[in-house]
Amino acid sequence: MLSVEKLNKIYHSGGLLRRGQANHAVKDVSFHIAEGETVAIVGESGSGKSSVARLVMRLLPANSGQIHWRDQEVSQLSEHHLRPLRSHIQMVFQDPFASLNPRMRIWQSVGEGLRVHRPELSRTQRRDEVAEILALCGMDAAILDRYPHQFSGGQRQRIGIARALIVRPKVLVLDEPVSALDVSVQAQILNLLQRLQSEFNLSYLFISHDLSVVRHVADRVLVMFNGNVVEQGSVEGVFSDPKDAYTQKLLAARPVAHPSERR
Amino acid sequence: MNAMLNYLLKDLLKHYPLMCLGGIIVLVVSLLALLAPWIAPYDPSAINVRDMLQPPSSTHWCGTDTLGRDIFSRMLYGARISLSVGFVAVGISMLIGIALGAIAGYAGGYVDTLLMRLTDMVLCFPTFFLILAVIAFLEPSIWNIMIVIGLTSWMGVTRLVRAEFLSLREREFSLAAKSLGVAPLSLIMRYLLPNAMGPILVSAVLGIAGAVLVESGLSFLGLGVQPPDPSWGNILTEGKDNLQLAWWLSLFPGLAILITVLGYNLLGEGLRDMFDPKQNNR
Repeated sequence: MLSVEKLNKIYHSGGLLRRGQANHAVKDVSFHIAEGETVAIVGESGSGKSSVARLVMRLLPANSGQIHWRDQEVSQLSEHHLRPLRSHIQMVFQDPFASLNPRMRIWQSVGEGLRVHRPELSRTQRRDEVAEILALCGMDAAILDRYPHQFSGGQRQRIGIARALIVRPKVLVLDEPVSALDVSVQAQILNLLQRLQSEFNLSYLFISHDLSVVRHVADRVLVMFNGNVVEQGSVEGVFSDPKDAYTQKLLAARPVAHPSERR
Repeated sequence: MNAMLNYLLKDLLKHYPLMCLGGIIVLVVSLLALLAPWIAPYDPSAINVRDMLQPPSSTHWCGTDTLGRDIFSRMLYGARISLSVGFVAVGISMLIGIALGAIAGYAGGYVDTLLMRLTDMVLCFPTFFLILAVIAFLEPSIWNIMIVIGLTSWMGVTRLVRAEFLSLREREFSLAAKSLGVAPLSLIMRYLLPNAMGPILVSAVLGIAGAVLVESGLSFLGLGVQPPDPSWGNILTEGKDNLQLAWWLSLFPGLAILITVLGYNLLGEGLRDMFDPKQNNR
């Protein structure tokens, strides 16, 4: 459904007169996501996994490579032509404290997608839709007129998920969606994500550095190191029999669930 | 609700006493200016040669000038002019500054470079002398002063708004809006600008202090508000000519300028501390 081919991203530092160092953050990354599937990208910080997420969302311009949505090449589309397609792929961000506009009420933040993609709706209809999607994400309709600072991290992450879901996307890009949350809240959000996935038949691109979370949620996994995909395959395959030296090191560094467990 | 307001005021007074002092000064000066026609004991331009150069007394609180006009009344009316110059000039500079800064910060790239180099160029001019030169060619009127001050003081706001936008547009809520397909103008007006309002407000308040000073300076040099219209600056001019005879002609308008500028500066700097997360260790 969504496929990415030989995506490259090079960041340049330096200014007007001085050519700075080029940082090749994403090197020839290719993968595809089928309907209802969860593909995870794991790697340490700086491995380029978040850049991949932003490239797929067209929040960053790629230096080369292609992004296909169904049968359409979207990596070169103008923002104007891209807009109607944006509702198909949405993103949930890492930091729940930065991902909601502090000056907007919850219903305005969550209803923003409707303003863009369903402008025919009236204000009341928008509010109703927002209340409905918030309920699906486990939030009460009483919060509609509150501001983000009145909520905890886990609650904000639910609101962030509702904002992404309101335009009925097919793919959700989840950029470290639980790594800023307490462990108990992490489990709640992961369960919510799994419930929503089966309810809407969503595909997930799940970016994470947390291997146990990835093992829990993903169908397939890509391991990134220094901008390269060093290994990819099914979760069972990669976790039980890692081929690449870096993947082996990464798995060995994972804390065990119980001291008696042997690596 | 009343209890909450009460609590809030007490909290402000405890943590930002100087800002509260500034706020009170600004409030009092604004009220005096606004209510001048009702407060002023005399007509500010009524000439009474028999009472010329009277020292401060119970009939003339701040004394009289060389034409026997009441200084206190003239200062009240002068406050109206000084403050309206401050507000309008800052309004103009805010409009230009926010517009240019928003474009530079949102667009980035070559547009940003171009606008910022333009800003640097304008910053190179010594502002006061630029204003002097321009006013010398134009007719010195209160409207010209407002416009010229506004047109020469937008650079700070431009840089400020640009810097705020550069960081705000990379924040996750802006990225979320962008990935929903929110149009650029809507993104600027509903996501970036509201979150940059704090620093903009601070710079506007400080800008008023600056504009009041520039207006006083121009009027003092005879290029600002023209007699017989009163302004703190042109009362000072008269004071300078009669410094040995009548100290009150210089002291009171000087104090008025000092207190007003101080009030706006205290308020502005207090607001800056309040909006600064690094100093907010409460």
